Amino acid sequence: MKKSTERARHQGDVFESIGRKLAAMTSGGSRRGWLLMFAFFALLSLIFLYTIMLVFTVGVGMLGINIPVAWGFPIINVVWWIGIGHAGTLISAILLLLRQGWRAPISRFAEAMTLFAAGIAGMMPIIHLGRPWFFYWLVPYPATMGVWPQWRSPLVWDFFAIATYITVSLLFWYLGLVPDLGSMRDRAKTKLGRRIYGVFALGWRGAASHWRRYQTAYLLIAGLATPLVVSVHSVIALDFAVTLVPGYHSQVFPPYFVAGALFSGFAMVLTLTIPMRRIFRLYDLITSDHLEVMAKIMLAAGLVVIYGYVIEYFLIWYDGDEYHIYLAFNRMFGPYAPYFWGMMFINVLLTQSLWFPKVRRSAGILFAVAVVLNVGMWLERYVIVIISTNRDFLPSSWNTSFGTWVDWSMLLGSLGLFFALFLLFIRAVPAISIFEEKELEYEHEHEESGRS
Amino acid sequence: MTDRKPSPSARIPAVNVDDDSNVQLWQPSESKDSPDLPPHIDVPLGRQQLERYLPILNASSDRRRFLKMMAASMGAAGLGPGLTACVKGPAEEIVPYVDAPEIIVPGKARYYSSVFTRNGYGYGVVAESHQGRPTKIEGNPMHPASLGASDVFMQAELLNLYDPDRSRAVQENGEIRSQGNLRLALANKREQWSSSRGRGLRILTPLVTSPSLASQIRELLRVYPEARWHQWQPINDDKALQGARLAFGRDLAVDYRLAQADVVLQLDGDLLSELPGSLHYARDFARRREPLGNMSRVYAVESQPGLIGAMADHRLGANALLIEQLARHLSAQLTGRPVDPSETSALSDEQQRWLQRCARDLREHAGRSLVIAGAQQSPSVHALAHWINDYLGNAGTTVIYREPVAQRSELLTESLQDLSRDIATGEVDSLLMIDCNPVFDAPADFEFGQHLKAVPFTAHIGLYFDETAALSRWHIPLSHALESWGDARAFEGTIAIQQPLISPLYDTVSPYSLLAFLSGDIWRSDYDCVRRYWADVFSGGDSEQRWRRMLIRGVLEDSASALLAPSLQKDAIAALNFEPQPEGGLLLQFAPDPRLWDGRYANNAWLQELPQPLTKTTWGNALLMSPALAAAHDLSPGDLVQIDFGDAGLEAPVWPMPGHPDDAVSITLGYGRNIKPTQAPADEDGAIGNAVGADAYPLRMSDNLALRAGATLRKTGRSVALARSQHQSTPEGREPVREATLDFFRDNPAFIASDESAHNPEKSLYPEPTPEPFATAGYEWGMSVDLNACIGCGACSLACQAENNIPVVGREQVLEGRLMHWLRIDRYYSSGSSSSSSSESFSDSNNALVSRDADVQTHFQPMLCQHCENAPCEYVCPVGATVHDSEGLNVMVYNRCIGTRDCSQNCPYKVRRFNFLEYNYDQPRTDAMAPARNPDVTVRSRGVMEKCTYCLQRISETRREAKKEGRPIRDGEVLTACQQSCPTQAIVFGDVSDPDTRVSKAKRHPLSYSVLAPLNTRPRTTYVARIRNPGFERRPVRNEESE
Repeated sequence: MKKSTERARHQGDVFESIGRKLAAMTSGGSRRGWLLMFAFFALLSLIFLYTIMLVFTVGVGMLGINIPVAWGFPIINVVWWIGIGHAGTLISAILLLLRQGWRAPISRFAEAMTLFAAGIAGMMPIIHLGRPWFFYWLVPYPATMGVWPQWRSPLVWDFFAIATYITVSLLFWYLGLVPDLGSMRDRAKTKLGRRIYGVFALGWRGAASHWRRYQTAYLLIAGLATPLVVSVHSVIALDFAVTLVPGYHSQVFPPYFVAGALFSGFAMVLTLTIPMRRIFRLYDLITSDHLEVMAKIMLAAGLVVIYGYVIEYFLIWYDGDEYHIYLAFNRMFGPYAPYFWGMMFINVLLTQSLWFPKVRRSAGILFAVAVVLNVGMWLERYVIVIISTNRDFLPSSWNTSFGTWVDWSMLLGSLGLFFALFLLFIRAVPAISIFEEKELEYEHEHEESGRS
Repeated sequence: MTDRKPSPSARIPAVNVDDDSNVQLWQPSESKDSPDLPPHIDVPLGRQQLERYLPILNASSDRRRFLKMMAASMGAAGLGPGLTACVKGPAEEIVPYVDAPEIIVPGKARYYSSVFTRNGYGYGVVAESHQGRPTKIEGNPMHPASLGASDVFMQAELLNLYDPDRSRAVQENGEIRSQGNLRLALANKREQWSSSRGRGLRILTPLVTSPSLASQIRELLRVYPEARWHQWQPINDDKALQGARLAFGRDLAVDYRLAQADVVLQLDGDLLSELPGSLHYARDFARRREPLGNMSRVYAVESQPGLIGAMADHRLGANALLIEQLARHLSAQLTGRPVDPSETSALSDEQQRWLQRCARDLREHAGRSLVIAGAQQSPSVHALAHWINDYLGNAGTTVIYREPVAQRSELLTESLQDLSRDIATGEVDSLLMIDCNPVFDAPADFEFGQHLKAVPFTAHIGLYFDETAALSRWHIPLSHALESWGDARAFEGTIAIQQPLISPLYDTVSPYSLLAFLSGDIWRSDYDCVRRYWADVFSGGDSEQRWRRMLIRGVLEDSASALLAPSLQKDAIAALNFEPQPEGGLLLQFAPDPRLWDGRYANNAWLQELPQPLTKTTWGNALLMSPALAAAHDLSPGDLVQIDFGDAGLEAPVWPMPGHPDDAVSITLGYGRNIKPTQAPADEDGAIGNAVGADAYPLRMSDNLALRAGATLRKTGRSVALARSQHQSTPEGREPVREATLDFFRDNPAFIASDESAHNPEKSLYPEPTPEPFATAGYEWGMSVDLNACIGCGACSLACQAENNIPVVGREQVLEGRLMHWLRIDRYYSSGSSSSSSSESFSDSNNALVSRDADVQTHFQPMLCQHCENAPCEYVCPVGATVHDSEGLNVMVYNRCIGTRDCSQNCPYKVRRFNFLEYNYDQPRTDAMAPARNPDVTVRSRGVMEKCTYCLQRISETRREAKKEGRPIRDGEVLTACQQSCPTQAIVFGDVSDPDTRVSKAKRHPLSYSVLAPLNTRPRTTYVARIRNPGFERRPVRNEESE
């Protein structure tokens, strides 16, 4: 890692400036701009709330579903949102264990992103239910009737996977925040701020013993979180893979879902990083190098996804099952063909642009690509969820169903909620880890001075 | 008993103190076993019994009890809105039982025989009653027009009874009046008629077969000698009657013996669905379609595709006018009658070849063949059919002739024409219209509605305040068949009694009371009138015995019309004039609707939502035309076209119908109604059937009720969505319906069985899906559906809906793809010569059925829960809401379902149905329909998955009965609702663990197969593959190459 511009500065000044700058993100920047953005996304969140209320009070019939397409937007959204969360866990846990120092400036908000995305994803299956008020029947609680969840169902595994994921993500994110909450408490200008940050800082004083225990705990949780990167989306993939529906029943799904998750997750991290870097002028903390690394990971994940496509259709051909072969053609030429080709165009062709350093290092272009890739991954989930049962075994049942205005509003609303939460987050706590940045800077300085 | 909620169960006819009319017990098993009177039957309650049951009538009741009773009856008397707003009965009717009558056991259904009348002819039914509420209609096995089966109309009558749009009050010029007002007005008229000997009084009824009603009308005509009686119904037998007059010089009824017929030729029309004896004929027809038996061969010439064409071995599409030429050609071929070449000039070579083969077959089976002319065909065709049957020696064997069944055999069109003419000339001053709707359905050229306004005194008695009511001075609400007494004759003359199951829900009137009153009698109850008539008939000592016996059996034995041996007037037929086909313009053909008939069922939501057998459309009709004609006009399904005759026209959506002749278009009658409910449900303006579909009656002329020539077709450029239950019409190279020709089957008797064994899965490493204790629990339920017998009529679907409280979802939800039928009938088209290209279907499924090939083959497949032993739905449910029970059923635990819909996603048959919205409660109509619900079946609310249960409640009930008697359930003791209603007995249900049951035997049929067997779901529902018997030519069979 090169940071030549910083070489001459005094280490103390640097630490102080990092601390001030990052802590100031909670109050600095353009207050009016923040308010406007927050108002906009809060409005979208209200739309989200409204559509949920509508679905809860009137029924899931408000959504674009029928027989045979009984799974609709909520399922697409849960897979998509969970996938987005994966990048955060990968950055925080795996890259921490791999000692990838460059993760420091992005880890905190990537974790927050994971948390919010997983939270929204966790709501989607409940919205999807015909009788959402009974969602807790998936929980193995000691009911008086002695009934338990049906363990063979992947939906039960799913429930546990998502619940674990949200819990671990929350713990991990909070633990990482503790030292910075201490800093925030010390920097707080009002009594109330001191109180609030103080409570959440858990009495953090920055003592060496604190640091020692803290690092052990953090590593442990990182170790716990690591398998989740693979397991959560694999389990979600099993929702589909264990059925016998052509288009769902595919052995390649678990790894392919994980790759897709990382792909879309990094796209979302970039979608968030690039505007934030610009708004808060964090060019010296989040450099083009960071963007490039993320773009490279995205490219790698994208290639795995493309490989997944190839294998999926290879297996269909190799299997020779007439229903699966029909499915392949139905995706390409059926009533939903635009969705399929849209997905192919974005995920296969557009991903190739990441081979070019110019694209990877240009914030503007990369931002555009990342946004479109997110759409592409949403389309991928659409293709899987919808274009499978719509024409399955008996032609007499074939039918189509498209999203209603409630579906689209809900998707848009969930995005609004996500960004609104994110805006609150960067106002409440340092969006970039102060202590990790300092640590990174320290290590960097030492490296430099040792070399000279 | 002290339930204060308004519930019709509190108003049980058994304690109807208004009159002595009481329903009788129908006990099929007992009466079947012993022809004598069963020892126990319901006895009409007299005053004495009533006092026993209802102590309020008894002066000796103590005060406290009296007050209690009063409180209860007050509570019940404030019955409030809905059903009971216009209760006619006094408060005593709703007093709870103190000493419960023995015959009523709460929770136990009772069954009563009755008869429904459609087009004048009787259809015997057995109605199920729960605590006084009719909840289900079944066919009466002893009635010849039912044989235990039912059609969609019989099933749907139940909903008509509870229809909240029914007329509820007497109205004069649209103002509600009391019955006293009405009687006063009628009494005044009565005096006037007495002095004028009834001059100017006319009565209009549908065709009357009812002996008692006819005797009342005759009595009226005796009292007022100058009054006249007219009959009219839009779907009538005029042409058949004219044909009979041509051929035999007399009126007669034609009856077929399909069980005797080796070769059947249907010349237009549909013996499986359109005749008053269709249920009977369908049974006989199916009996001869068993591939292992002596299979018949069926030829059908159709002007518009129908069920018989779908079942036929050889089908020929020709427009309705051309069929006369075909008949002439055929008769010439057979009998050697000389023909003028011009008579058959319009026939193509292919048609002539087809006829030659058919003629050869008919001749080879002389004496065991049958030619049937459709009701819409001209009298000449009927006469020619009679001639051919006579020539081939079929008369007396496959076709028999009877005395007319109608009480007055006449040409109904002429009868109505006389009436219209007399109205126009001012000869009519009083017109009484009983249960008919001429303003809506009279031929357009009569301008009946225009003339009607000129009649000073008009009274209409009908179930609805309909189009005729709106133009009449008086409207009188008619009692439903389940509310009143009556009788009717079946297609072959057998008499059955119509018994009420419930006292009238509204302030309705029976035509018997009205006619008696008009004849100068007191206002008698319908029971009184009918009973008196039969007391006269059964004169003698055993009169009462015979009456009861008739009620118990539901039919009067040996009352069929006398057989005739009429002599054919060959010369008259030979001299028949030939009318050449009119030049120019399209031919518009009319037909009764398979769901609404002539429009009388337009307000029946069950029928509106039951997909049409061939088009699979719901909630509306369409203009049917051949795919080629549609393509020529650049029309896609749902495009609105204007069909014009200069003076009148209509706008309707197009449906390209494979197999339809290219030079004609067709439309079904009965849509576009306008009914005014007396009291519409809160948030609705009118009746639900109003303005649904296009009304074709304004185009129909009296000179030919079947068709009208000279139409022009114009594309409007607009289109509507047709609410269809099925979007893909071709099997896409898959084989849900397996079929072969009879010859192929005889050469390869194991062609199905070998495939089936090939699908037998290898031993799995995993334990068997059905845990061990279940396998030994006793019964193992299973079903077999014979595709050779299934005629696709849809009765099973509707019977299932009625039995299992399946909601109606409405047109919008059907468009969304959310139809709720647990049992659907899949209809596939394939083409005999070229297999459809599957690439076409990718583009737009709407166009997929546009097969240019006229030689289309139609396949029906009832599809219901297959009750897979290895059920894919079960393992994906996270809460275990769908599980296997100990008898091999795949059951739904509604209370446990949280609505993930994973079960439906994983069901390869897509037979599961989901309550996407609240379809059952809090809807304007659901409250009114509540009494119709089966109390043995849970009503599902929103968010819950549901599906076929094999009528679990019927199994349970039978199991209880058997346990009480300490015996196993007998084979055939449990009938599923679909099985019971099926006209052809295509559905067999029973215990598959017992090798001797009918279902086990059916599953051993060499043609028995499972749908999607390679998925290893191991369905308990299997099908018997369809075999066609084309005979002399071996058609290419898809099975041959693909297996």
